[in-house]
Amino acid sequence: MKMRKVVSVLLAAAMVAGLAAGCSTPSGSGADKDAKGKVYYLNFKPEADGEWQDLAKEYTEETGVPVTVLTAASGEYEKTLKSEMAKSDAPTLFQVNGPVGLASWKDYCYDLKGSDIAKALTDEGFALMDGDKMAGIAYVIENYGIIYNKELLKKAGYSAEDITNFDSFKSVVEDITKRKDELGFSAFTCAGMDGSSDWRFKTHLANLPIYYEYKDEGINTTDAIKGTYLDNYRQMWDLYINNATCEPTALSTKTADDATADFVTEEAVFYQNGTWEFNNIADVGEENLGILPIYVGVAGEEEQGVCTGTENYWCVNSKASEDDIQATLDFMNWCVTSDKGAEAMCNKMGFVIPFDANIESENVLVNEANKYMEDGKTPVTWNFSTIPSEEWKNGVGSALTAYAADQTDENWAKVVTAFVDGWATEAAAAK
Amino acid sequence: MEKAIKRYMPIFVLPTFCAFILGFIVPFIMGIWLSFCKFTTVTDAKFIGISNYADALADTVFRHSFWYTVLFAVISLAVINVIAFSLAMALTKEMRGTNIFRTIFFMPNLIGGIVLGYIWQLIFNGILQRYETALGLNEWYGFWGLIILVSWQQIGYMMIIYIAGLQSIPGDVMEAAQIDGAGRWQRLWKVTIPMMMPSITICMFLSITNGFKLFDQNLSLTAGEPSKMSEMMALNIFNTFYGRTGWEGVGQAKAVLFFILVVLIGMLQLRSTRSKEVQQ
Repeated sequence: MKMRKVVSVLLAAAMVAGLAAGCSTPSGSGADKDAKGKVYYLNFKPEADGEWQDLAKEYTEETGVPVTVLTAASGEYEKTLKSEMAKSDAPTLFQVNGPVGLASWKDYCYDLKGSDIAKALTDEGFALMDGDKMAGIAYVIENYGIIYNKELLKKAGYSAEDITNFDSFKSVVEDITKRKDELGFSAFTCAGMDGSSDWRFKTHLANLPIYYEYKDEGINTTDAIKGTYLDNYRQMWDLYINNATCEPTALSTKTADDATADFVTEEAVFYQNGTWEFNNIADVGEENLGILPIYVGVAGEEEQGVCTGTENYWCVNSKASEDDIQATLDFMNWCVTSDKGAEAMCNKMGFVIPFDANIESENVLVNEANKYMEDGKTPVTWNFSTIPSEEWKNGVGSALTAYAADQTDENWAKVVTAFVDGWATEAAAAK
Repeated sequence: MEKAIKRYMPIFVLPTFCAFILGFIVPFIMGIWLSFCKFTTVTDAKFIGISNYADALADTVFRHSFWYTVLFAVISLAVINVIAFSLAMALTKEMRGTNIFRTIFFMPNLIGGIVLGYIWQLIFNGILQRYETALGLNEWYGFWGLIILVSWQQIGYMMIIYIAGLQSIPGDVMEAAQIDGAGRWQRLWKVTIPMMMPSITICMFLSITNGFKLFDQNLSLTAGEPSKMSEMMALNIFNTFYGRTGWEGVGQAKAVLFFILVVLIGMLQLRSTRSKEVQQ
């Protein structure tokens, strides 16, 4: 009897112990006891996840500092960041997308002024300032436009020289659609409005009307957009959805993978996307890849280049321990100044980095995009970082999807409402 | 033996009690506190009073999601329980293969909500594509899609509860009713259903609260498209909390309101069906 009692007490104790062990969070993956501090990087770019993991491993091998890289799913970054930041082992390195993103995280941003990485920047303009504080540092400069398959375009009887503005682009696109069966391919990849792909239109394409309006008004940001160029937005969207591989009614179900697949399997000539997509579409042959500016039909757009900018600013978590902050600063600096780091970022990830160590890119899309700049074309800036909220993007995205399925003026009016009124409401609601 | 159990009760209760406190009580209290705060991460909040509640109630999308959810809960409650009850009646008859059927009907319940949502999304969109439309284009497609989905998922589960209830009805009561000349319908309404009230209470409680709390299926099937029109309350709370910068507190306030609502409805429903339960 006594034996039994002892056993039962022991068992109960074991259960409690097990529970307690379950509660205490195991700290970091294989934390090295010798190394001071550790790095936890919450990565924004799913397409570069593998490369970051490799780079982190290399850094750990070299210095003994443990580096954890976690990548958020496409469109889920803010959600992931919010929950990760509440943990005791919060990310030490995270990113914001610009002034609007910074607004919610500025209390968590370590002042990077005077740090080694800040000194390595080629231009102070690549830093994201919060008053006097250097809250973030851009680590990649990217371009987007309309990626096209040179070989297919040639097969259709055209070359990039034929496309200099919206009208010429439209006639090429519509001609391809007319001869779709004979050619065996469509003009555009499907304009997927699934969460993995809709940012191409609700954010990146929406940048053009915003850009031209800001340019007209001579402003950098606004609380109330007028929507002067929304008709241009509409005609471009019409072109995208009515000349694509899929029916406009099926857009809500199409994903980024579907669009990429259309392009890689040579089902379509044009694909609106950016230089970051290079690794995924390199299968069509590097010599076949080109990029066109997005012409939306604004006067003088012949001189317009591709959209160049960044929405990737590195921020260091100011609430992390000092050791971790130092380890993170060292890691960032190593990434952009050491040969290995620069090699990984520029060649493997295909980035153009705004630091002295930048290597001439092997990314064909980057080089093609740079040509526009060399030719004296004006790059379009990334003004979408001033969009008041994610909510605004979602509103525009849903309206675009609904319009695509039933292309009436009435439905377009809803896009305009989401764009103009939504902007004002969201700017007012921002807290 | 009983004495021993009593003496050692604290030891046996302790692990679960610990888990309950950490997993439920603490987050619950923290959640209520946070609904009065402005915060970005939950560990770092600043008290701002009741303005979160004002914002939550002023949100038209939240109000829409409330009515949409109520309608959903009521319809799914009716559909699930009627079908589950009929199936239970059918599968307690003397018939070959009832066990196989029971297993088959129960199986969908073992699949997770997210997976189910995506599978059904493919199925529905595959069908709707023929009519040149899609699930994300009309809030009522999403609505009926969800009804079909949760019915498929939950009918089996409720059926098992009803079968247990049916089997516990004593045979002599039935026999007596039959001898007294009660017809099939009379036996169903006057004997079976009153005797089954405890099971019905449980099933209705489960399906109405499940209807209100539905989240994974909603997220993966429609994600609130078009324009949040098919967003139910739980998803709306999630999106407010995580999707809008500066609105975390409002999301939390909505969650508290949601909690009160579900408790109220659950209690009302329990009381009304309990009162109909009979002593065997």
